[in-house]
Amino acid sequence: MTDKDLSRRRFSQSLGIVVAAFALAPGAAFGQASGALPFSLRNNRRLEGWIRLEPDETVTVFTGKAELGQGILTALAQIAADELDVGFDKIRMVSADTSRGPDEQYTFGSQSVEQSGSAIRAASAQARGILLAAAARRFDARPEGLHTKAGVIAAPDGKRATFWEVASADLDLLKGDITAAAAPKKPSDYSIVGKSINRIDLPGKLTGAPSYVQDMRLPGMVFARVVRPPRYGAKLVSLDEAAVRSLPGVVAVVRDGNFLAVAAKREEQAIAARNALASAARWSDEAVPLPDIADLRGELKRLRAETIVVGAAGQSEPVPDQVKRVSGEYARSYLSHASIGPSCAVAWLKDGRMTVWSHTQGAFPLRGDLAKVLRMPNAQVDVVHMPGAGCYGHNGADDVALDAALVARAVAGAPVKLQWMRDDEFAWAPFGPGMTMRVEAALAPDGKIVDWSYDVWSNSHAMRPGQAGGVNLLAAWDLGTPFVKSPPPHIPQPFGDGDRNAVPSYELPRKEIRNHLLLDAPVRNGSFRTLGAHGNIFAIESFMDELADVAGSDPLAFRLAHLRDPRARAVLQAVADKAGWIPGKKGDGRNGRGIAYCRYKSIGMYAAVVVDVEVDRETGVIKVPRIVMAADIGLVVNSDGAKNQLEGGIVQAVSLTLKEQVAFDRREITSRDWSGYPILTFPEVPNVEVILMDRSDPSWGAGEGSLPPTSAALANAFAHATGRRIRELPMTPERVKASLS
Amino acid sequence: MSHRIAVNGELHLVDAAPDTPLLYVLRNDLGLNGPKFGCGLGQCGACAAIVGGKLTRTCSIALRDVGEDQVTTLEGLGTVQKPHPLQRSFIDEQAAQCGYCSNGMIMAAKVLLDRNPNPSEEEIRNALEDQLCRCGVHNRVVHAVRRAAEALAK
Repeated sequence: MTDKDLSRRRFSQSLGIVVAAFALAPGAAFGQASGALPFSLRNNRRLEGWIRLEPDETVTVFTGKAELGQGILTALAQIAADELDVGFDKIRMVSADTSRGPDEQYTFGSQSVEQSGSAIRAASAQARGILLAAAARRFDARPEGLHTKAGVIAAPDGKRATFWEVASADLDLLKGDITAAAAPKKPSDYSIVGKSINRIDLPGKLTGAPSYVQDMRLPGMVFARVVRPPRYGAKLVSLDEAAVRSLPGVVAVVRDGNFLAVAAKREEQAIAARNALASAARWSDEAVPLPDIADLRGELKRLRAETIVVGAAGQSEPVPDQVKRVSGEYARSYLSHASIGPSCAVAWLKDGRMTVWSHTQGAFPLRGDLAKVLRMPNAQVDVVHMPGAGCYGHNGADDVALDAALVARAVAGAPVKLQWMRDDEFAWAPFGPGMTMRVEAALAPDGKIVDWSYDVWSNSHAMRPGQAGGVNLLAAWDLGTPFVKSPPPHIPQPFGDGDRNAVPSYELPRKEIRNHLLLDAPVRNGSFRTLGAHGNIFAIESFMDELADVAGSDPLAFRLAHLRDPRARAVLQAVADKAGWIPGKKGDGRNGRGIAYCRYKSIGMYAAVVVDVEVDRETGVIKVPRIVMAADIGLVVNSDGAKNQLEGGIVQAVSLTLKEQVAFDRREITSRDWSGYPILTFPEVPNVEVILMDRSDPSWGAGEGSLPPTSAALANAFAHATGRRIRELPMTPERVKASLS
Repeated sequence: MSHRIAVNGELHLVDAAPDTPLLYVLRNDLGLNGPKFGCGLGQCGACAAIVGGKLTRTCSIALRDVGEDQVTTLEGLGTVQKPHPLQRSFIDEQAAQCGYCSNGMIMAAKVLLDRNPNPSEEEIRNALEDQLCRCGVHNRVVHAVRRAAEALAK
């Protein structure tokens, strides 16, 4: 799964290993996979499963990764075009489709360029090699003497043939197992990778061309809505359906246990019927007791937990004498995905097959869980990815897919489009869990950290569909014959779960890091961008500033004194230079600046960031005029696309840090619209500058790594400005005023 | 019950209840994709269109209240082949990630530029204050609106 797998030498060691093709025998390849192939090829070995030359002189490239608004299809098309030697405009991408594409599990963890990119690169290199060899036979020339450019193969004597001409002579030419024996190009030979090519999907999206699952219109399609319980744990006691059934346009009322939905001919009729159904339903008074949000930091530590040491060093050595001990405890709130469009799916049960169009991050895992709940064989259920509104993790996409499928079963033959209402999304989608972090460290007289002890308390951030031991879909838990939730999987370091980035990247001679995975999950938990990294880096990088302060060091110098990795040092130095970091400069009570560093997942991209703030001491409002980041993402596939991702992450992190918290009382979620869950608005958005380091090393994803250090640097900037530290996110005006009083 | 409605320069007859929010008429009766359902509460701006020259939350206006007013949606501005300068500048600045909120951004910017052809960055930020974006492309949107203003001035 790591970039270690990508070395060319190891590619060639895999020669000759043959496993079954995914297209012919799904799942049959498990257990025979070669460790040397790119991760995504191990169970998807057939070349024709990734690349197909089409009669209209285009190339179809299949990926199991999904376009979530991050521009991945454009980046993957760049890789394919470069490695194949065809024009970028010839590439047609097919994405995350269980009926015709590779199973690459989930689109998550900033791994699509790493995983799908390296698979497509290997497949493209092999396809080009096969075409060259076939052309050589056709020209009676040696393949080494041939030249490829823009889909044309040319011989020194002037003979020419297009890829499609060569392939049309043998329809089986590009069928076979990918061996990864063909050497991909050297980065210095790339002509399309590395260019800031515009996103292929944006012209349509910006002019109103049908682009989203919300835009799907199928013949005879009906519209559906769900009615969820008022709170976690409430049961449907009674329902007066008759009045709802007689409303205009209503074609079905679906009730199964505590699951309630309605379908109508027109969308506004479905919404009216949903409101009527909500009024007609009586729910039990039961509730899951929720934590006291006023003391979230303490409440989380009191939940039942399973504790694992996830990182340790030097524990057999004693802590040196003459140290100063420093400690701090931090917390962050539960976070909502808060996508602008509520989750939506289209489902169609036709001739015994269920097809669901979904903006899921994992078409194949979702298909598996849908099949379980619908009690259908996997082979009769298909999930086809369609873009939705912005996706920052495990939102309601999978849940609404099951909702739609359950309604589709009740109106068999008619396609069903079901979109959640705003309150469905805010109250019922999984949240990024609240977190408490405690750090204690010892400083030697020379200002070096000589001991580090760290604890993180959090629910699992990994509750996606497709996990063993149950079904992770909302409606499945509400059915008359309910399914149980899957237990959280164990995700070891360096990926981690709530403990992602809990092990600091700093040189620490003695350290112990403990993850307290909370077993009680009162608030629905799931994967939100960066999992636990956001909370952990907020704590670690805030604490590094607190330590620097005690040591009497400048925050930049203090970090550099504990970092040997040259790439880590380089991003810190680059951002300090760009931002004009002045060592030892003091805040003036209102204006301040903070710095933070993070290597995402400890094995991914590097980022260092400087945040400037202006604190209004009267209103408690923190303004952020400027943020500068330096990022090292290895080889850059699309510079502007990567910057867009990094910038977006920075802005989202400012929003999380200053404003965002899921609100609840002791019984139910109370933040159910945008007034209850405000996010950053245009006048509040900082100016952002991103510097990309210029590297030819393997690529790392850029989708997440900019968030965690931004939150920490913002907290550090506030402390720098005011001399007071806020250790709990979000840094709302109330908390700011309290800290200054 | 049939209603006459003028959308993107064409008159349409639609068979919908008079209290139907305009959004569903545009999307489902007229097959337009620009206006999006975001909240249904008039809070996010994803459903925006221009009705009678004013930026309007189509989730929160009933069909009967549109009356004779001209409705302009994202589709009424331009196409993939012939984009409006605002659409062109959003593409040039890559001022979108998921693109779901872009409709509202572009419509709000259109109303702004119609009123103020040369807005400052601050004026653009203030004009777009009620348009929510979650992917964090705000700065690119501001640059795109400036770029469009310059293109339109030529």
